[in-house]
Amino acid sequence: MARISLDHIRHAYNAKAKAAGDYALKKVHYEWDDGGAYALLGPSGCGKTTLLNIISGLLHPSDGRILFDGKDVTTLSTEARNIAQVFQFPVVYDTMSVFDNLAFPLRNRQVPEAEVKKRVEHILEMTDLASMAGRRAQGLTADQKQKISLGRGLVRSDVNAILFDEPLTVIDPHMKWQLRSQLKRLHRSSRFTMVYVTHDQTEALTFADKVVVMHDGEIVQIGTPAELFERPSHTFVGYFIGSPGMNVMPVSVTGTTARIGDQTIALSGAPKLSSGAKVELGIRPEFVRLSREGMAIDIAKVEDIGRLKIVRARFCGQPLSIVLSEDDEIPADPRVTFDPGAIGIFADSWRVGMEG
Amino acid sequence: MNKTWNNKAWFMVLPVLVLVAFSAVIPLMTVVNYSVQDTFGNNQFFWAGTDWFVQMLSSDRFWNALARNLVFSGIILAIEVPLGIFIALNMPKTGPGVPVCLVLMALPLLIPWNVVGTIWQVFGRVDIGLLGYVLNSLGIDYNYTQDPVDAWATVIVMDVWHWTSLVVLLCYAGLVSIPDAYYQAAKIDGASRWSVFRYIQLPKMKRVLLIAVLLRFMDSFMIYTEPFVVTGGGPGNSTTFLSIDLVKMAVGQFDLGPAAAMSIIYFLIILLLSWVFYTVMTQSDAEEK
Repeated sequence: MARISLDHIRHAYNAKAKAAGDYALKKVHYEWDDGGAYALLGPSGCGKTTLLNIISGLLHPSDGRILFDGKDVTTLSTEARNIAQVFQFPVVYDTMSVFDNLAFPLRNRQVPEAEVKKRVEHILEMTDLASMAGRRAQGLTADQKQKISLGRGLVRSDVNAILFDEPLTVIDPHMKWQLRSQLKRLHRSSRFTMVYVTHDQTEALTFADKVVVMHDGEIVQIGTPAELFERPSHTFVGYFIGSPGMNVMPVSVTGTTARIGDQTIALSGAPKLSSGAKVELGIRPEFVRLSREGMAIDIAKVEDIGRLKIVRARFCGQPLSIVLSEDDEIPADPRVTFDPGAIGIFADSWRVGMEG
Repeated sequence: MNKTWNNKAWFMVLPVLVLVAFSAVIPLMTVVNYSVQDTFGNNQFFWAGTDWFVQMLSSDRFWNALARNLVFSGIILAIEVPLGIFIALNMPKTGPGVPVCLVLMALPLLIPWNVVGTIWQVFGRVDIGLLGYVLNSLGIDYNYTQDPVDAWATVIVMDVWHWTSLVVLLCYAGLVSIPDAYYQAAKIDGASRWSVFRYIQLPKMKRVLLIAVLLRFMDSFMIYTEPFVVTGGGPGNSTTFLSIDLVKMAVGQFDLGPAAAMSIIYFLIILLLSWVFYTVMTQSDAEEK
C-alpha cells in the first residue's frame, strides 16, 4: 500500500516526439492517496492505458518521475514495484489448473504453501470459481477466464496498488454488477490503492471515491462523482458524464448576463473572462426548468426512457436537452428558465470562476 | 424426383482416374507384382508367394538399416527441435532484424537437396575441404570416408544445418502470435524466464511443434539424397539407411523381388507412423475444443 506520486509525467510512443500532439500522454502531475479507489475515465485512445502501464512499470515514461511513498521508482521493473494489474482481455495459463493459476503470483514470490492455499481459497470463493478449482483453465469460458485474471490480481496481500484495465469488458452484465460490488467490498476491507480504468461512466462512478477524467492525453478533472456532475471543469467532462450530456451553447457575456440570440440569461456572478476566448454556457439537462414562463423553445421530440423523459428541443438555434420526470406535463407553449446556480461559463472549453 | 442415368458423366472423372492410375496405382501394383514373383531374366516369372517378405523380415541387413534409420531420426529430432525452439525464442519480434533473420533462416531450405549433399561432401573432404582440412590441422583425426562415427557426425550436422530452419520458422510463427498481454501479465505475476517459456510460450507453440516434429520425423526417416551424395552409405554399411539400401538392392544388384518386398514394408511403416501422428494431432485438437 502506497501513496503514488506522478511527477510531471509525459509519454510518447515515438522516441522523436517534439510537438505536444506527438505525446500519447501530455503532462500529468498528480498524487494518488494511499488506499484510495480511483477510476480513470475517458474515451478510447485518451491515454488511460498508457498512464496505467506507466504506473505499473510496463512502460517507462519519456519524461518525469514516479514515486511510491516518496521513493523514486521510475526506473524499477514491474516486479520490483510490487503492483498487481488486471488486463482488458483474459490472460490465463492454459496448462495450469484454476487453482494453480491463482497461486502462480504467490508461488513465484516464495509464499509458504499454507498461506498460498488460504489466499487462493479466499479468492476462489469470492470469484465463485471454487467448484472448478481443479479444472484445467484451457476449456473455460471467456468470463470464467477473466475472473481468473481478476483473481490473480487480487490474490497477493502485500501489493502497493492494484490496477484494473477495463477488467469487466468481457464479463456478462449481471456478473459485472456482482464483481464490481465485490471489488468495492474488497477495497473497503483491504485498503489497497486501486486504480480502475474504464470508458463506462456508470462503472467509474459506482467504483471510485475519486474519478479522474481524461481527454486527449490530459487529465481534465479529478473529483468525486458529485463534483464532476455539478461543476464540470471542462466542457468534455460535462459532455462525457451524465446522460444526456450537458447542454453547451456559444454565448456572449457582459457583466452578470449572458446573451444568446435575442435572449439574455442571468448569471450568479460576473465570470472572469479574458478577451478573445471562445465563450460557452453550459447547463445540465436536469437543471433546465420547462414551464409556461421564460424563453421560448421548439420541441423536436420527447424520448420516454422509463422513469424519465428527455425532451430534445431547439433554443435560439442551438440543440437543448431537458430531463423531466415521467409525470411532468409538457406545456403547449413551452418555455424554459435556467437555474443560475447550475450554469457554468467556459472559456476555450475550460470552466471560469465567477466574481461575487 | 427422376434420376437421369447418363454414363457419359464418367468421362468427366476420367482424367483424374488416369492420372491417379499412372502415378500411384499402377506403380504400386507393379511393386506388389514383383514382390510375389521370382525371375531369372528372359522375362520369365515364377510365383514366389511370400518368400521375399519372409526373407526380408528375417534378414539382418533389413533390420540393421531400419535400426540405423530410427536412431538417425531420433538424433535428428533430439537436436533440431530444441535447437529450433531456442533460435526462435532468440529471434527479434519487431524491427529491421526480422526480415534479415527470416531470410537467413529460409536460405538453407531453398537449396536443392543434392546440392546440400555436394556442398558438405566437398566441405568435409580432408584434402581440399575447409572443414576436413581445418579439423585435421588442429590434430583431430577426422575422415568421413573411413570412420563411421565421422560419417554419422557429418550427415547429422548436415541435416541439422539444412532442416533446423524449418523448425525455427514454425516455432517463430507460433511465438509471434502470442498477444503482448500474456508477457505483461507474466511480468506482473513475477514469473521467471523459465516460467514464461514453460507456461506461456510452450503451450502456445504446441500445435506448430507437433507439425514440426511430424515433418522432421518423416523427412529424416525417408532421407536419401544427402547421405547418398556424401557417403554413399559408407564407410561399410554404416550410413546405409533403408532408402539407400533399397536403391542398392533394386538398381545395384537388380534383385527386384526382395527390393519390391522391402518397398512395401517400408511403405507400410511410413503409413503406420503417419497415421499415429495424424491421430495424435487431431486428438489434441479435439481436446482444445
